[in-house]
Amino acid sequence: MFVSPLREPLINGSKDYHQITDDIARGTEGRPTLPWLLGLGLSSTIMLMGFLMIGLTIWYGIGTWNLNRTIGWGWDITNFVWWIGIGHAGTLISAILLLFRQKWRTGVNRAAEAMTIFAVACAGLYPLIHMGRIWLMFYIMPYPSIRGVWPNFDSPLLWDVFAISTYLTVSLLFWYIGLVPDFATLRDRSKAKIRKAIYGTLSFGWKGSSKQWQRFEAISLVLAGLATPLVLSVHSIVSFDFATSVIPGWHTTIFPPYFVSGAIFSGFAMVLTLMIITRKVLHLEDYITKAHIESMNKVIILTGSIVGVAYITELFMAWYSGNIYEQYAFMNRAMGPYAWAYWIMMTANVVSPQLLWFKKLRRSFYFTFFLSIIINIGMWFERFVIIVTSLHRDFLPSSWSYYVPTLAEVGIYVGTLGLFFTLFLLFARTFPVIAIAEVKSILKTAGNQVIEKMHKQEMESENPATVE
Amino acid sequence: MAKKKVLYGVFDDDHILLDAVKNIRAQGVRIQEVFTPFAIHGIDEAMEHRPTGLHTAGFVFGLVGVSLMFLYMTWINTVNYPNIFGGKPFFSFPAFIPILFEVTVLSAAVGMVVVYFVLNGLSPIRQKPVIDPRSSDDKFIIAFSADELSEEEKHEISTLLHENGAIEINEKVL
Repeated sequence: MFVSPLREPLINGSKDYHQITDDIARGTEGRPTLPWLLGLGLSSTIMLMGFLMIGLTIWYGIGTWNLNRTIGWGWDITNFVWWIGIGHAGTLISAILLLFRQKWRTGVNRAAEAMTIFAVACAGLYPLIHMGRIWLMFYIMPYPSIRGVWPNFDSPLLWDVFAISTYLTVSLLFWYIGLVPDFATLRDRSKAKIRKAIYGTLSFGWKGSSKQWQRFEAISLVLAGLATPLVLSVHSIVSFDFATSVIPGWHTTIFPPYFVSGAIFSGFAMVLTLMIITRKVLHLEDYITKAHIESMNKVIILTGSIVGVAYITELFMAWYSGNIYEQYAFMNRAMGPYAWAYWIMMTANVVSPQLLWFKKLRRSFYFTFFLSIIINIGMWFERFVIIVTSLHRDFLPSSWSYYVPTLAEVGIYVGTLGLFFTLFLLFARTFPVIAIAEVKSILKTAGNQVIEKMHKQEMESENPATVE
Repeated sequence: MAKKKVLYGVFDDDHILLDAVKNIRAQGVRIQEVFTPFAIHGIDEAMEHRPTGLHTAGFVFGLVGVSLMFLYMTWINTVNYPNIFGGKPFFSFPAFIPILFEVTVLSAAVGMVVVYFVLNGLSPIRQKPVIDPRSSDDKFIIAFSADELSEEEKHEISTLLHENGAIEINEKVL
């Protein structure tokens, strides 16, 4: 088999198959480490505090938030869109990169998909609690009821219900299909009886026969094919929530592609934040390498630049449309009371990813980690800017208003961060964080020993000519 | 359940295994199954597996899902609950498209996954035993059903496995 010596190895340390199993399974074995326990303690405390705030909101009603008639959507929908966006990177890595046959996805896809599922779970909470009467949430389901009323199929808000629930289900199934063979690996190496039984159940009795693998490959490919348009549709539909309304600043056709690229942009930033910590804590430096980080940073430059172009296009279209309301909305965005949020967004999302054109920065773990957090903050502000600044000065100047969140709103947001990290820490401790079987399948084409050997051969075949 | 005897050879490399499968089959010996820790390219052809019908199942589920949803929404919006939303006609097909798309994906994915588990004989309960636990780690296994093999035939297969690079040959009752 020929492997280009120009390719960078994706697995370092001259591993063999057994070492790969050992290295990845190690994280789930033995006693939990102190950093993990501290992390879990901290994040679950924050999560419980968030649940308390959700409880208060449900008990007293949405009045615990600072929303008013002018600003009907605030932090809750901002957080909803932010979390959904973060989820998109996981599906992009697992589905779109599978279709593109990108080998580096194998190192990060498992954790990225986990991130997707946890992020969508966090996102799903917001529309539910925003309903106010969460116990009536079954009203949104289109089933024949004695109420004689049906949900409105023409409404983007209902499309969202279908999009988000489909997205969560399909991501979960896709993730689990990939997990089954790895659970079997964990099952087969467990010594303790209970552990063996648990992983045995989770593995569904996977045996790794060639027929099973054939079906595995087939279903992975088709699910990837289904998930690719799905992931593009989900954020498009989320953007329809805004784009189909008549609010200046929302009512634009650029929203679907702009939201989708923003989603992938922020999602990759979150994957980087998580993976840079995970590789250190779980000692997976040989599997999540500089090559992985660089590839992800390249996606960040691309999507970040699309987002930048979209911001500028919005400004241009506001001016070019000749619509005074549209023009005012954008002038007000950049220079009104929320200008601080707009400029945070512009700096973090448009300027900062451009630094990744420098190869040195693109390949630096410290810089990437720092930048990924900046981008996450920037993308949160993007949603805040779109939602709040477009609403706070509506068509009637007497109802203009300024919105500041209450403790409950901030608490719920921070609480979902706690929920997200709690779930991720539990995942990192009990699941194989890297797809063991998939990493093994690229060892012979992307392991450092193979590439170094190819490199040597190439040098040898060139050298005789130069010697003479 | 009747006990089943298997004779199996253990290999430690995927390329050696692939060649072994081809050679053994060329000798006219029937291989029961091959167990590997990851998917190996070319093993389907070597084992002459029929292409899987999972794609077709996915297509059928998607088609059924989308048709039912289309009829359901049309019936609700035109017959059972005709209301004008946002000045659109009762039957506003463009507005149905997002939901139809999501339902297609959902039903195709869920249906396929169920079919996948059933065809692969995977279930959280009632699991069949694994021949060798190392086959999910770093070993590759070629298994033969040994119930009807005479000692002579077993010997022949063992030699064949050895010649093709097996590092171990074992017999086991499952």
